[in-house]
Parts: sequence; C-alpha cells; structure tokens
Amino acid sequence: MMEIGLNHYLVLSTILFAIGLVGVMRRKNLLLLFFATEILLNAVNIAFAAISHYYGDLTGQMFAFFVIAIAASELAVGLGLLIVWFKRHGTIDLDTMTSMRG
Amino acid sequence: MFEAIAFYLFAFLTISMFYITVTTSQALHALTALAAGMIFISAFFFILGADFLGAIQIIVYTGAVMALYAFGMMFFDSTRDVKEKQGNKFIVVGMATVAAVLVVAIFSAPILSDNIVALYPSVGAGNTQEVGMVLFTKYLIPFEVAAVMLLVAMVAGIVLAGKKMDLSLTLMNKEEILEMNEDKNKKVLS
Repeated sequence: MMEIGLNHYLVLSTILFAIGLVGVMRRKNLLLLFFATEILLNAVNIAFAAISHYYGDLTGQMFAFFVIAIAASELAVGLGLLIVWFKRHGTIDLDTMTSMRG
Repeated sequence: MFEAIAFYLFAFLTISMFYITVTTSQALHALTALAAGMIFISAFFFILGADFLGAIQIIVYTGAVMALYAFGMMFFDSTRDVKEKQGNKFIVVGMATVAAVLVVAIFSAPILSDNIVALYPSVGAGNTQEVGMVLFTKYLIPFEVAAVMLLVAMVAGIVLAGKKMDLSLTLMNKEEILEMNEDKNKKVLS
C-alpha cells in the first residue's frame, strides 16, 4: 500500500483514460471534445513515464515528448479549422456538421 | 512514505480536475480545470524522476496549449451552457471502461511476458543530460520530423485562422460591417 509501484501508475492512467473516453463520447461541443482528447493523451503520457522509470529506460520519455509535440500541432490545426467553421456557421456543435446526411 | 502521500494526493487532485473538465456545462470552468490538471500531472513526472518531461509538460501544456485554447475561446460563444448528448449512460461508461482496460492490457502484456529489455539504460548522469544524449543520437530523425511537423502545423494554423486579419472591426463603421456580413452570407449561400 505504501510502496508505490508500476501498477499504481498504470491504474491511475486507466482511470484518467476512462474519464477522457467518457468525455469524448458525451460531449457535443467540439471545443470540449478537444479538451477530452488532451486528457487521453496525458493519461498515456503518465503510463509511458512510469514504465520508463521502473525499467530504467529512457525510450518511454522519448515517446512522451513526441506525444506532446503531436498534441501541440493537432491543436493548432484543429483550432484553426474550428475558427473557420465558426465564422461560417456561428456554431461548433457536432450536430450541425451533418452535411453528408449520414 | 512521502512518495506515497504525494502520489495519492496528486492522483486525487488530477482525477477530480479532469472529472470537472468532462462534466461541467461551462466552457470556462472546463478550461481552468484542464489547466490545473495539466499542472498536477507534471507532479507525477517529477516524482518519477523525469524532470525534463515535467518542465516540458508545464511549459507546453499550461503555457502554450492552454493559452491557445484561451485565445481560441474568444472567437467562440463560450458563455452559454453547453448541451450534452442524451444517450444511454450505461453504454457510454461501459464502453469507456472496456476501452481503458484494453489500453492497460496493451501496456501490461509485454511486462507480464517479461519481454521488456532496457534498450538505452541510464548511465547515471542527470535526467536532462541523459534525455539530450538519447534524443540527439538514437532519436535524431524522429526529432527532426517532429520539428517539420510543428512547422507545417504552424503554417496551417496561420493560413486557417488568419483570413481577413487585414480588416479591423473596431476601425470600420457600422455600414461597412453590415456590407461585409452581407457579402459573406452571399458567399456561404451560393
């Protein structure tokens, strides 16, 4: 209980990942959907850093760096697209993006 | 002892902050709770000895990403309440739990089968120094590719969000703004 091991971090990562997935599935607003994806990426980063620490290997931290870089660039492009959509339609709800009538 | 106290404290804080982020109906509350959660996550990196990763987490996430969200929010109508999907709650929570358990299985499968070998074991220098040595030898090409990807993302962001930046709404009078909006509506309708 008092000794923190790898399993503790993996369980924490799972809980955060589940919270992020619930957010992805129940949000309608695209901005808040982006928040939920950030939570997913951070949960995986914790798992990478924990495995990296407990196995004495730096590869996990390297992957965490690249995940952070990908998150930053995804956000820049996504927010740009979102701003264009909002200027055109005045809303960023997912329900308005059904132009293909699927 | 202190490690356990710090772990449980920050685990509780992080989970509660992210829970607020996905459940609140106010976009501003979600933004501030997410920023706080990012800071608390960096505490885990410091506990794990990944000092450089913790500093990067604070600088990139709470410095750059959250500032970008805050600026982006000025374009949107963030004061009104957010509507939620009215689906079956059990399906949502069940699917999320199943997917998360799958993620843990993916992570723990190589651990259980003892198939993990430390490719680049620590040499005993400081964390930042070791990160630099590994990043600029073994991971040099992914590092350069990530740099090019960030450049492409920056150009895409400027091109997408920077349209009509030469016009200033505060310097135009009312008739000009109305005229511009009519032109825009014509373009959207056609």
